[in-house]
Amino acid sequence: MIPSQFEYHAPKSIPDALNLLGKFGDTAKLLAGGHSLLPMMKLRFAEPAHLIDLGKIAELKGIAQVGNEVRIGAMTTENEMIRSALLAEKIPLLAEAARLIADPQVRYKGTIGGDISHGDPANDHPAVMLVLGASFVLRGPKGERVLPANGFFLDTYSTQMQPDEIMTEIRIPIPPAGTGWCYSKLKRKTGDFASAAAAVLLRMQGGSVAEVQIALTNLGATPLKASAAEASLRGKPPNDSAFAEAARLAMSICSPGEDQRGNAEYKTAMAGEMTQRALRTAQSRAK
Amino acid sequence: MAEQQVSFKLNGKAVGVSVEARELLIHTLRERLAHTGPHIGCETSHCGACTVDVDGMSVKSCTVLTVQCQDANVLTVEGLEQTAGLHALQEAFHQEHALQCGYCTPGMITRAYRLLKETPNPTEEEIRYWMAGNLCRCTGYQNIVKAVQSAAKQMAATPA
Repeated sequence: MIPSQFEYHAPKSIPDALNLLGKFGDTAKLLAGGHSLLPMMKLRFAEPAHLIDLGKIAELKGIAQVGNEVRIGAMTTENEMIRSALLAEKIPLLAEAARLIADPQVRYKGTIGGDISHGDPANDHPAVMLVLGASFVLRGPKGERVLPANGFFLDTYSTQMQPDEIMTEIRIPIPPAGTGWCYSKLKRKTGDFASAAAAVLLRMQGGSVAEVQIALTNLGATPLKASAAEASLRGKPPNDSAFAEAARLAMSICSPGEDQRGNAEYKTAMAGEMTQRALRTAQSRAK
Repeated sequence: MAEQQVSFKLNGKAVGVSVEARELLIHTLRERLAHTGPHIGCETSHCGACTVDVDGMSVKSCTVLTVQCQDANVLTVEGLEQTAGLHALQEAFHQEHALQCGYCTPGMITRAYRLLKETPNPTEEEIRYWMAGNLCRCTGYQNIVKAVQSAAKQMAATPA
């Protein structure tokens, strides 16, 4: 099982990569970690004539704090994020989610930028980016633009990123101290995509929920921001009935497709369960 | 389509091959370089039988292009054997009966090699978590976990 023929390019800089992308247009594909694209190419679901490998561009890697945000190079791998002391301290939600992605070997190759820009609603980072209020830096022939995660995901395999653009960086505001977090993911086995998953950030004040963000993975054509569920919790004491109501509202926006992981009814029920588990854990971690 | 020259280090020795861009690392290793330790299991990056070490990372060589490995350091199970005999992991898999058919074993051992480099004294939970990309369909995992623990102890006692 091998891909069809293509020409391989390994640019050393972002401008070189953009030049190649401009030259070959939509006959080219960007290669990040390759664990979504190469399997698709082996199955001939994707047959690009040109493959532009971003793996040799040093400036696309790294994790650094700049002011009140953390900036992550798009080609930073899952294992690099899992092992990052900075993320463990400042954005533990991201490391927790990365630990649940694929398997160890895939995490050495899989990148945050690839995971986000692929536009696959089964990928885990998009929902995490929605709750963190992240933004994405896109570089194209006309320069750079920075887009918020909210609104970036348009449909399955479709995002705001244009074919002549490269995602270079992910910018994440550091949540206020004391914010609780959880990524709760139901999967059949290591390496599987989520049957249902929920990302939560939650801040408490005087016994009530001051602020909460909830997003869902693999429960529709895009990651889903559960805005009504969030609104139902703000200002309320975090008890079982409040969490159950939030879960009900989260379930109401789900429209998962049926596959080997289950039918729509089952996945939607699990979305509610994951939402409640993530809320309870996030509350227990909030200070 | 023109072939490309790719040179890298395989188990410490410089090698060069001429390959189509679409050639997967597992095929180059097995069919051009006669390194048949890494096995082809699922071909879909699930089973881990094709695991090799590239630049300090355990990777599934069925999902890496050979052209991506220019200048890389590639290690396969063939590179683990020491002048004094089997590597501690190989010896431990033998002693602990961590294999039956042996198909997954080269991938298991190559993965465990990198795990012990990163986490020299792993707990059982860490072994199970960080070895989860390798499937075994006959031994079961109990003896594999024991073998990795046993090799870790052995390696701690005799630093390289």
